Amino acid sequence: MLAFVIRRVGQSILVLLIVGLVAFSMFRFVGDPIDNMLGQERTIEDVERLRAQLGLDQPFPVQYFRFLEGAIQGNFGVSYRQGREVSEILLERAPATLELAFVSGVLAIAIGIMLGVFTAIRRNGATAHIIMAASLIGVSLPTFLIGILLIYLFSVELGWLPSFGRGETVSIGDWWTTGFLTESGRKALILPAITLGLYQMTLIMRLVRSEMLEVLRQDYIRFARARGLKERAVNFHHALKNTMVPVVTVIGLQLGAIIAFAIITETVFQWPGVGLLFINAIQFVDIPVMAAYLMLISVMFVGINLLVDILYVFIDPRLRVDRTGGHS
Amino acid sequence: MKTVSKAVIASFAVAMAVPASAETLRWARAGDALTLDPHAQNEGPTHTIRHQMYEPLIIRDTTGAFEAALATEWAPSEADPNVWVFKLREGVKFHDGADFTAEDVVFSFERAKQPNSDMKELIGSITEVRAVDDYTVEIVTDGPNPILPSNLTNLFMMDKGWTEANDTVNVQDFEGGEITFATTNANGTGPYVLQSREPDVKTVMVRNEDYWGRNDFPLEVSEIVYTPIQNAATRVAALLSGELNFLQDMPVQDLDRVESADGLTVKQAPQNRVIFFGMNQGADDIEADNVDGANPLADVRVRKAMSMAINRDAIRQVVMRGQSQPAGMIAPPFVNGWTEAMDAESTTDIEAAKALMEEAGYGDGFSIRLDCPNDRYINDEAICQAAVGMLGQIGITVNLDAKPKAQHFPLITDSKTDFYMLGWGVPTYDSEYIFNFLVHGREDDIGTWNGTGFDNDEIDAKIESLASNTDLEARNADIAAIWRVVQDEQLYIPIHHQVLNWGMAEGVGIEVDPEDQPKVKYFTMK
Repeated sequence: MLAFVIRRVGQSILVLLIVGLVAFSMFRFVGDPIDNMLGQERTIEDVERLRAQLGLDQPFPVQYFRFLEGAIQGNFGVSYRQGREVSEILLERAPATLELAFVSGVLAIAIGIMLGVFTAIRRNGATAHIIMAASLIGVSLPTFLIGILLIYLFSVELGWLPSFGRGETVSIGDWWTTGFLTESGRKALILPAITLGLYQMTLIMRLVRSEMLEVLRQDYIRFARARGLKERAVNFHHALKNTMVPVVTVIGLQLGAIIAFAIITETVFQWPGVGLLFINAIQFVDIPVMAAYLMLISVMFVGINLLVDILYVFIDPRLRVDRTGGHS
Repeated sequence: MKTVSKAVIASFAVAMAVPASAETLRWARAGDALTLDPHAQNEGPTHTIRHQMYEPLIIRDTTGAFEAALATEWAPSEADPNVWVFKLREGVKFHDGADFTAEDVVFSFERAKQPNSDMKELIGSITEVRAVDDYTVEIVTDGPNPILPSNLTNLFMMDKGWTEANDTVNVQDFEGGEITFATTNANGTGPYVLQSREPDVKTVMVRNEDYWGRNDFPLEVSEIVYTPIQNAATRVAALLSGELNFLQDMPVQDLDRVESADGLTVKQAPQNRVIFFGMNQGADDIEADNVDGANPLADVRVRKAMSMAINRDAIRQVVMRGQSQPAGMIAPPFVNGWTEAMDAESTTDIEAAKALMEEAGYGDGFSIRLDCPNDRYINDEAICQAAVGMLGQIGITVNLDAKPKAQHFPLITDSKTDFYMLGWGVPTYDSEYIFNFLVHGREDDIGTWNGTGFDNDEIDAKIESLASNTDLEARNADIAAIWRVVQDEQLYIPIHHQVLNWGMAEGVGIEVDPEDQPKVKYFTMK
């Protein structure tokens, strides 16, 4: 068991190193950061001085090694664009992204499960058909377009909700800021949360629906009905509970995706989170910020996968038996 | 629970109170200031924010003309041609109440000349700044410098006492990731006082009621809320929905939409930026073409023909939706040396262009690569695409290679392109600036953006002499003579002058500033 965990952790670290290497080797194709950092009055001397100062004159493996060396100590360097510590900027931006991801995650799960159950139980009703058809829009329209459409409808035409930003925020503790405690903060959350969560919501809904349909055909549901249990108890207590196993797995994996793919939503709504930071960084060739963000996201994904792998071993004893069986 | 709901109500009241005030300027553009340190970055949006809080000795008003700010009079010294004398405004106070005196000016210039300063190149000719008395300053340059005032319009004055007390005498080491007190705080003499700032999110400034010009300027905006919005569609939506009342960086395709909306207007003016193509005429052979052993661009007839093939009016109408001004020279209007006649010298004549190509021996044309940015100028890539079709009419097959600016510009400065697009703004409003960077032969610290390979010793000497020629008439004659050569040699193919668009709610009164630097003290609010 321990050997299995160590092996998996080792593999994860290898994946991280490779992600870092690929990301880092791609930065050179994004452009020359020096060009953005110095104005048009710069001299060749200035350019060379700055290049040496940033270590950009070093060969690529040396730059990569230096980055790893810093990253292990939690030091991602200094942003070329903002002139501040990258770790500090990321910490400052994280609450915005996490709050947005949290709200859209909750929305997606709550509404997704509700609609999924509804469309499964009333699978021939007109409402269910309309919901199913509408859900196709959620799956097929790009996030960017959904965001713009929502802004157009609710901000420009109706004037109900703000089109950009996070509203007023309140500081909690040293570095956490929240928009939950102010009216304008909560209002500002609505459109971005819907935009970000819509895809996940339709995904969960469709998954719950098909799992539900599967379960409702099972014998034990028929027996439950035959015993005269109330329809509600059958649907929610017996059927839904058993559909949740695959749904929870997917939700877990999608949670990472919500955080990672908040980039587009944050750009559309000028949401001051890490995704917007990353987009800015690409345009400015802000290598330290890009590198730190990509590493953070890959740590998150690799971490989630590692956890899932290890959990499977606990849940599914066959995996364990196979391992020990192979040795004996 | 009760305390929480009280807090919610209180914050709600605060949030509602802000937009209720009629004199709040809710302002957005694509990017934010990079730092507040007055000397750490020489960059447009950064200067714009500083201009509300800090002031230089001289500023430019909305027409681009000099206007007295912290200096009331300035002139070259009669005794010594290497010295400029500045009389300072009396009775000016910094936001913290300290008096503004000559000592602060000397200090600010010294600070701006530090190695970490990004402003040091602009004042490189200054050798000494000395205080004669409390309100007179002499600036000594390394030779006569007739256009020194042009270089001072973004050079902000700081308070010596405040800077020393807050341990921020040294300019922030931007590249080194240093954060100093001056990066996040401001203490200037300007019309607005910093109230709060979250970089890239929101900056709030309030009116300085003790401003020296309180009665000389409208100063009708009592509070500025500046929120950068990167996405163009969101930016326009925020203006349409009334969340903003002033918008810079208007996307060209949304102009009509904003113009036709109730209560919104768009104002425009030519920008201090001209767009053009450069051609490598200096090399014996170039790698971006299909001609072996010769460089078609070295022949002035080919360069003339290429310029004649470009239909600038078509670009203006189709690509720019009317938002450009066709150019005949690579100087923006309002720059010293620009003439209406030269700016009208570009003509479109396909037949004549074909004849010139024939004459030069390229009747069958040739093919060449055009390098173009795709995220720097307004519709840059689309302009290049239009040029591809137009040059095709005279037999030149152009392969377009468009990339982000961070990849494009190094091609020019490292001489890796033979045919490229470039745009140029002139912060000093004088042709010398253009010549120094785009016409002078390329050396380490001059001609750095001249990718044409043009290198003429006689012209170079003439350009160098401009810096210290105090006889303005003779100097202007030299400028005209250099322009004549640039035009006759068809050193560049001018395309157009960009047009600036500012969107605003009705009632907001301001004229568009050619430098794209709104100074809020000029705004009127109805």
